[in-house]
Parts: sequence; C-alpha cells; structure tokens
Amino acid sequence: MIRHVIHRRALLPLAAALAPPWTAGAVQAGGLGRIACAGSALTETVCALGQGGRLVAVDSSSGFPAAQTAALPRIGYYRALPTEGLVSLAPDLVLLSSDAGPPGVLVVLREAGLPIQVIADGVGPGAAEAKARAVAAAIGVSGETLAAAIAADWAALDAPLAALPPVRVLFVLSLARGAPLVGGRDTHADAAIAAAGGVNCAQAAWSGYRPLSAEGAAGLAPDAVLMMQQSLDEAGGPAEVAATPAIAVTPAGQAGRIIGMDGPYLLNFGPRAAHSRRDLVLRLHPGAALPPLPARPWTAG
Amino acid sequence: MSAPALDLPVPRPADALPRALLGGAALLLAALLAGLLLGPAAVTPAGLLATLLDRLGLAPLPAEYAREAAVLMVVRAPRVLLAALLGGGLASAGAVMQGLFRNPLADPGLIGVSSGAALAVVAALILGPTLFGAAAGRLGLWLQPVAAFCGGLLAVAAVARLGTRQGVVGVATLLLAGVAVAALCNALLGMLIFGADDRQVRDVNFWLLGSLAGARWQQLPVVALLVLVPALGLLTLARPLDALALGEREAFHLGVPVEAVKRLAIVLAAVAASGGVAFSGLIGFVGLVVPHLVRLALGAGHRVVLPGSALLGATVLVLADLAARSLAAPAELPVGVVTALLGAPFFLWLLRRRAVAGEGA
Repeated sequence: MIRHVIHRRALLPLAAALAPPWTAGAVQAGGLGRIACAGSALTETVCALGQGGRLVAVDSSSGFPAAQTAALPRIGYYRALPTEGLVSLAPDLVLLSSDAGPPGVLVVLREAGLPIQVIADGVGPGAAEAKARAVAAAIGVSGETLAAAIAADWAALDAPLAALPPVRVLFVLSLARGAPLVGGRDTHADAAIAAAGGVNCAQAAWSGYRPLSAEGAAGLAPDAVLMMQQSLDEAGGPAEVAATPAIAVTPAGQAGRIIGMDGPYLLNFGPRAAHSRRDLVLRLHPGAALPPLPARPWTAG
Repeated sequence: MSAPALDLPVPRPADALPRALLGGAALLLAALLAGLLLGPAAVTPAGLLATLLDRLGLAPLPAEYAREAAVLMVVRAPRVLLAALLGGGLASAGAVMQGLFRNPLADPGLIGVSSGAALAVVAALILGPTLFGAAAGRLGLWLQPVAAFCGGLLAVAAVARLGTRQGVVGVATLLLAGVAVAALCNALLGMLIFGADDRQVRDVNFWLLGSLAGARWQQLPVVALLVLVPALGLLTLARPLDALALGEREAFHLGVPVEAVKRLAIVLAAVAASGGVAFSGLIGFVGLVVPHLVRLALGAGHRVVLPGSALLGATVLVLADLAARSLAAPAELPVGVVTALLGAPFFLWLLRRRAVAGEGA
C-alpha cells in the first residue's frame, strides 16, 4: 500500500523533476543528456561514440580513456552500486553492465525513477559491436559506424590467425599466497584466449576461477601464462611468476613465457577488442605476420 | 530516625530510567532528522516539512519540492527507518546476551547468529540459481533475507541444543558450542566459496560487510515484526537479568525461573539478531559496544540498560549509515565497515579504561 502511494504521488513528479525539460528530447537527439556509467566496456563505448563529455560519473573499473574519465566522480565497484550517491548525481541515463548490482539497489534506483539501461556484457566475436549498437541506441546516437569499424578490424585478423598453430595458455588472475587463481571456462579470459586462437588449458578443468595446485599445473602443461599487467606487477614481475612452484613446473615457466596485458583492455570486449585481440596474438606468436589495424580514435588513451 | 547522613541523595535504581528514555529518545530523534536531512542528495528542512505535510494529507506538495520528496520517500526514509530498527534490535540483543552470559564480550554472534546467517546467505547466493533455477528469480529479493533469517535461527537452535543438558542450559557449554558451531559454519562457508565464481565471491564479500542500500518500504513491516517485537519482549527480562547478575543459584532463590528466562532470552535475541542480519548483511560492534556505552553513562541495571541500548543502538546505526552513504559519495561504504571503524577503537579504549581502573577483564 505504501509502495502504491509512493508510486502515484511521488514518482510522477520525480520523473519530471529528475529529468530537466530539455532531456527528453536531448537523450534521443544525442546532445546533452547526463550519463552515469558502470562497466569499463560501456564507458569506453560511450567515449568511442564521441559522447564522453556527457558522462557525469563512472564506476571504479572505468579508467579508459583516462583523459575523459580521470576527473569524473566514482560510484564505486559496479557490483556494489550506491543508491543515494547515484540519485544525487541526477543522471538522465544510467548505463549498467548486465553484471551490475546488487539487485536490491537496482530495484530502489528504478523506484526512484532513474532511467536505467542494462547492456548485455557479452564476450567473444561480435560482442564489442553488439555493445556499440546497444549503447548507441540507449544514448540516442548512431552506432553503426563504430560497430562496422570494430567488426572490420576484428575480421581482418581471422584469416592470418587461422594459419597459426594453437598455443596452450593458462590465465592467472592472481598469485595470492602462491597458489595461482586460474580462469577456466565461462570467463572473459577464456573468451579472450579463444579469440586469439589459443587454447585455454584450464578450460576442461573447471568453470570460473579456482586455485591451481602445482601438480595440477604440471598436468595442464601451458606453453604460456597470461596475466593482467596489474596482477603481474603485484606478483613481482615475470621472473617471480615463472619461479612460483606451480608455474615453474610448466613449459611456460621453464621458457619464461609470462605475458602481461592491461586487464580491461584484454578482458572487457569493448571497442578496443580487435586491437586487444591482435596484441594478444602477437604476444603468443612473436613475429607473426598480422595485418596492421587502422588507427582508431578510441584506441588512443 | 533520620540522621544527617540521609541528606545525601539516595541513589535509586529507577532514577535513571526517565533520564535514559528521554535522553535516548531525544538522541534518536536528532539522528533520524540528521539521517533524513543529510546525505549526498540535497534535501532542505523545508522540503522535509512539505513532504511530511503532504504525506499527512494536510497540504499538497509544492512542485518545487517534488524531487526532494522523492529522494526522501523512495531512498532515504525507508533506509533511515530500517537502520533505526536494526540498530535497536542488534543493541538490545547484545545487551541481553551480555547479561545472560555475564560476559562483556558477548553479542548475538556468540551463539551462532552471524555465522549461521552468513552460511545460509552464501549458500543461497551460490547454490540458489542451481537449486531453484527460474524460481530463484521469482523469490528474488526475498531469497537472501529468508535464508539469512533461517540460517541464523538454525545455528542458534543447534547451539542451544548442544548447550542444554537434562533441561538445564549451561552458559559455559553454550559459549563453547557457539564457538564450535561458528567454526563449522565458517568451514562450510569456505567450501562454498571455493566452488563459487569470481563474481559470487565478490557478492559474498560485500554481504559480509553489511549494507542498508537496498532498504525498501515493503521490508519494514517484516523487520518490525522480526526485530521490534522480540526487542520489546527482551525489555521484560530486565528484572530476571539483574537477578542473574548475582549468579544463577542466587537468582533461583530470588524466585526467578532461571531456565525459562535463559531460554526466552536466547530465543528473542536470536530472532531479533537474525531478523536484523537478514536485511542488512553482517553489521558488527553495534550489539557489542552500545550496551557498554549505556552502562558507562547510566549504570548497570538492566531496567535502564535494555531500553537505553535499544534507543542508542538505533541512534548509532542511523548515524553510521549516514556516514556510509556520505563519506565516499557518490560511492558508498559498507555500513559494517563504518561500525567496525567506530566501534573497535572505542572498545579498545573501554578495555584500557577497565585495565587502568583495576577492574580486570
């Protein structure tokens, strides 16, 4: 009953009050609407669409492009969003990755009349274009140019990649307490490895991230270890990682093939997905003959 | 019969009660007002007044206050009220546990509430989608509270059963059983986390830190039933708990039905604390520290400590939640982090004070 009263009497004026008179048109026309964005791929996509100036706040994972995000207020981790903090920003649009939460907060935000658009957090071929189109539609601009450019860049790598031999890759999320936390299937890392023509050697072992024992690592026999650059630095660099018992017993550890790449760039399947894919292929196959990708404005930080 | 010495004011136990009730109510009122008026979204006193008048049907809401009214009614008011209810319930349960165990370190967590609730919620978070499939979506926002409440109660039931021998609740055995059940729950929780994916582990972590961000009006009647009603019931235990402070045998000879009181205290405290945990995640230190604060200010009589703790607990949690949503704005701190940040140093100070006073610990 209380809820009913609130809906009838408070929310209608709220919807009108939260959205200043010019917004209704502006969101469609792609001019002035103020956007709060949670999800690094979504933030990058908004900026790649040339609409970075409309961002009023981003989540703690959105650090690229730095020029457009560094000065923005942060709304915290995207799975632990605030209620009042978001309401206080009075955004005309809240763009959320489908992973955002917690669910209870999203319900309150909707009740408070915030216009929320949830964008599917897909991975693999086609995911970046899908995000470009969905974000463009949500913020009222055309996303076809961006989507087509991403698709063309991605497709340009398909043929040369097919000629390369598969590399067995182990994705290590972190080396906490010496037991590497390794990505199995259903992870963004698994999709990134597959996109670069590699074989995720923990794929059959489990879903998600699990600590890997030294014996288990030897059995998986990876040719290369892939890490986020941030965790690689925390772990003390490639030499330290290669010397960790669980890694030292593998071909990757013995050959010292420890690869670090920026986390969101490698894993978020945003507008830089094709460039990230190319970089990973080159790291797995040094000297491979890959066509250069055209310079795109959204890959420059 | 009067001697000059009797000119001194005679301390009477009842003296502190009106003071506790009035002072506590005034503090709580001030905290509620602060909670409603302050925060990252701007709300003016005029806006609050206009909203209140509108709600009471006395004057229609002027259009310029529409936004403030919505912030108040949708986001802030349910949250502030939830904080008050939970804080009061946690502190009452803590005060009763400390009285029952005659131990200044006691809180509802000691008889398994937190660990049981945590285990059940983590199980619901991680196994829910597998066990219930599509139904988990329909249960939706109620799955976690229901799981936490049942988990907390089940753990207390196990502890109480282990702590009872031939119909007598042994307080020391109860404490040990609480420790053992908590350890078991934590082990099972570790197993579940091992099987969880990265996202679920993060969700679990945030739940363990406590938050009131998902507060909604629909929850308040349930919380009132599960927290306020048992907390009011706990108030009736003041006299028996005072008698128990002398020792169980002494209380028995004073005519206190000792076993019945212990059972009632455990059941009510378990319901109140589990109900609180269900809607907020784990919020530490309110149940532990607030009763000490009240005793420090007003003395150790339970007639004063129990209502005083309820009022002060409500005040403290409302203010802690205000800090949680304001300090990192527009992001939000977990409220359990705020209560621990405030509570732990205070508790250390208390320990130090007791040590200096030579009371021992």
